[in-house]
Amino acid sequence: MNSGRREALKTGGGLTLLTLVAAAGWLKPEAAHADWNKAAFETKSLDDTVKAFGGSGSTPSKDIAFVQTPDIAENGAVVPIGVTSSIPKTEKIAILVEKNPNVLAASFDIPPGTEPAVTTRVKMGQSSNVYALVKADGKYYVAQKEIKVTLGGCGG
Amino acid sequence: MADPMRIRASVDASGVTEVKVLMSHEMETGQRKDAQGKTIPAWFIQNVTATHNNKTVLSAEWGPAVSKNPFLSFKFKGAQKGDKVQVTWVDNKGDKRTDETTVN
Repeated sequence: MNSGRREALKTGGGLTLLTLVAAAGWLKPEAAHADWNKAAFETKSLDDTVKAFGGSGSTPSKDIAFVQTPDIAENGAVVPIGVTSSIPKTEKIAILVEKNPNVLAASFDIPPGTEPAVTTRVKMGQSSNVYALVKADGKYYVAQKEIKVTLGGCGG
Repeated sequence: MADPMRIRASVDASGVTEVKVLMSHEMETGQRKDAQGKTIPAWFIQNVTATHNNKTVLSAEWGPAVSKNPFLSFKFKGAQKGDKVQVTWVDNKGDKRTDETTVN
């Protein structure tokens, strides 16, 4: 009678729940991904990036320098950015491009023994402020530089 | 798999080793569309780790705004000529690559 349907509904319901939970990401299969701060790479502002890193604001600092970084980039697809921090106990350096679709481009963790200086190349969609965000001794500091781009670098 | 990285590491008189790495990777942002108007999926290096004598000397998290064929340079203390420095990257598809160089 009805018991057959009840049984079917019970097992059917269980399977659906499992599917929903898996889809919600609570049952992730093992992937080769290391830790990656997804929230930080989706922020649209410097302040939101600091929050995503666990901080609550950043102080402008003259002890963060842009090194070998152009004022004008002819090719927005490849803009060299070098950042050096002379703030003691620098543990993290991050590069943000204010007008990019997502502002955080790269973040570097500096262990003891490594100099607080990194260089890389980033894409800039348009002329924009670039922020060098430094975490030192648990606090956040920032310096900025305007870079003009003659040919935007996000393609399309 | 992917093309090998080009890594150079050289130590100066004060014991500071400068490492320069050129990786081979598309670093696709996920914003571009192909000729048919379909969005090209994001494909980019998310994590980079450099080690010397099993100690991490740099670790990085990257987004797709890092340029195609990423370049990276940094400096650290404690290595000598002949030591090995390894660099590993992992991308958002789970692909990874490790290359090493000898400090000169």
